[in-house]
Amino acid sequence: MMEAKSMKREEELVKIDKIRRKRRHRKEQIGKAIRYAILVSVGLIMLYPLIWLIGASFKTNAEIFTSIGFMPKDFDFSGYIRGWRTSTEYTFARYFANTFKIVIPKVILTVISTVLTAYGFARFKIPGKKYLFSILIGTLLLPNVVLRIPQYLMYREFNWLNSYKPLVVPAAFAVDAFFVFMLIQFLRGLPKDLEEAAVIDGCNSFQVLIYVLIPMLKPAIISVALFQFMWTMNDFLGPLIYISSVEKYPVSIALKMSMDASAIVQWNQVLAMSVIALLPSLIVFFLAQKHFVDGISTTGMKG
Amino acid sequence: MAEVVLKKVVKTYPNGFKAVHGIDLHIKDGEFMVFVGPSGCAKSTTLRMVAGLEEITGGEIWIGDKCVNEIPPKDRGIAMVFQNYALYPHMSVYDNMAFGLKLQKTPKEEIDRRVMDAAEKLEITELLDRKPKEMSGGQRQRVAVGRAIVRKPEVFLFDEPLSNLDAKLRVSMRVRIAQLHEQLKQEGQPATMIYVTHDQVEAMTMGDRICVLNYGKIMQVDTPINLYSKPANKFVAGFIGAPAMNLLAAELVNEGGKVAVKLPEILLHLPKEKANKVKGYVGKKIWFGIRPEHIGSYETHPDKEEYANGEVTVIEQLGNEEFIYFTIGGIQYIARLDSMKVQNISKGKGCKFWFDMNKCHFFDFESEENISL
Repeated sequence: MMEAKSMKREEELVKIDKIRRKRRHRKEQIGKAIRYAILVSVGLIMLYPLIWLIGASFKTNAEIFTSIGFMPKDFDFSGYIRGWRTSTEYTFARYFANTFKIVIPKVILTVISTVLTAYGFARFKIPGKKYLFSILIGTLLLPNVVLRIPQYLMYREFNWLNSYKPLVVPAAFAVDAFFVFMLIQFLRGLPKDLEEAAVIDGCNSFQVLIYVLIPMLKPAIISVALFQFMWTMNDFLGPLIYISSVEKYPVSIALKMSMDASAIVQWNQVLAMSVIALLPSLIVFFLAQKHFVDGISTTGMKG
Repeated sequence: MAEVVLKKVVKTYPNGFKAVHGIDLHIKDGEFMVFVGPSGCAKSTTLRMVAGLEEITGGEIWIGDKCVNEIPPKDRGIAMVFQNYALYPHMSVYDNMAFGLKLQKTPKEEIDRRVMDAAEKLEITELLDRKPKEMSGGQRQRVAVGRAIVRKPEVFLFDEPLSNLDAKLRVSMRVRIAQLHEQLKQEGQPATMIYVTHDQVEAMTMGDRICVLNYGKIMQVDTPINLYSKPANKFVAGFIGAPAMNLLAAELVNEGGKVAVKLPEILLHLPKEKANKVKGYVGKKIWFGIRPEHIGSYETHPDKEEYANGEVTVIEQLGNEEFIYFTIGGIQYIARLDSMKVQNISKGKGCKFWFDMNKCHFFDFESEENISL
């Protein structure tokens, strides 16, 4: 009798436990749903301008200002076609080519110069290194605007105006203190034992950099390249100051050119070209994303 | 084939800290020398100076017939195994091992042969394609040793190579490294090995000779057994052996024509031989040292003349033996007794202990040198 009772009670307990667990599970599910709903809606709000931009680039010029939604009534590709042709004697292809004439050498030079500089700061004994390092950080805090005029005068003396040199050449001297700083911090985190092992294996300091450090620095180097790519791609002020002939304009200036205040602005063309101008950055970002995150550097060590 | 000689080697850091105080050491060709000492005793620094990773401030280091002070690490004929393996994370095991040879522009077949050879020796042939992160700690350590072997160095340098491994692996790797040393000897290419550790079991079991360091000075260089039975000074006596030797401040007195050690509440008479050695110190303060296994109880040594009454405070049971902590006159001693023979010792109770005075040591109170050898 007693036994049967206790058995029953136990069964009941199990039942209650099951119900409780179910409830808890349901609660968790609801919580999750709410969280995702908030994330998705905030994400959409942030992305809306971009979505609108893409939608509007397919609208006719009249529709852009008359409808609120981002979906065009019917897809009109004339913005892309006419926009690509531009109102100048060059097509947009020319401006893209110009942009890459700046971006590619600049990214390459930046990577080489910043890595070398960071290596020097992080691993070598240089007299007055601390002092030099604080100057480097000091330049980070200096607003760019302050430098514009003296730089402009300097490049004018060099006869570099209306060429890409003022935009590209500085990158060869590791002027981007932020990148140098970032790489130094990364290098400081790398164990020195690997370099010592490489020295015993017969590397000189340059080979240590090439064979051992750079492969480990890869995530940081990719970040540097990526940031420099996007920033240069989007740079407006630099080309505006130094480039004066239309045939040398990069995309950022060419876009502005089609918004000429004197004529009626063909907004659909401007938006269509903006979408195209965004593409390289987006593509490069998504291609690099994997390496960007793949920052495990100490796997050859303990652990 | 190379001996390593250190002549008055000094290391002073830029901030003025003197890490190594003029070390003189002669490591014979093909010898397995272990550097042991507490942390901060400069054992790693000394090894790194031999490797060339650390500059020396004074003195000379000779490897073979060359003074290597100015020679870069790669030309010293050495290979080093690091504590944290230091494998290149982006290279496969094969490339890790072949890297040094590739830099030397060794022909490809030769590299292949040597890597395969080393891999076989260390049983890592099936791991050659893996990356370091895909392996366990023990496997990584073997690869690190393999990387050293392929270079065919004259001197192997090990910097605490096993301290990141768990206890069981450590034992098997210990044996493996010792075997490697033996194997290389049999293959006709004996290598001098210098091995840094803070683990005295590793030191005792692996070394042909052991160099005990403290505060950048050599305390003693000798074979393991001599270090244990004939410590040159108080530091070595206390450092080698676990549990550590009982080391107590005491006084030597003359008791009715016999020399005795006077400790709080006990007087221990010396046998004639020992007494002769320390005659000059009668009436003076000295350090008295006796190893735990040289203290017995009434049960283990029933027929002795002299016993001292102590109170047992802690018993550590190890299965085959017991560590008995006891106090006499407020001073703690530790004895190591055979579990089989000890039945009636229990915590908080009194017990009779016997001190084997033939095996004890005496050290000068000031200089801490052994005066009873």
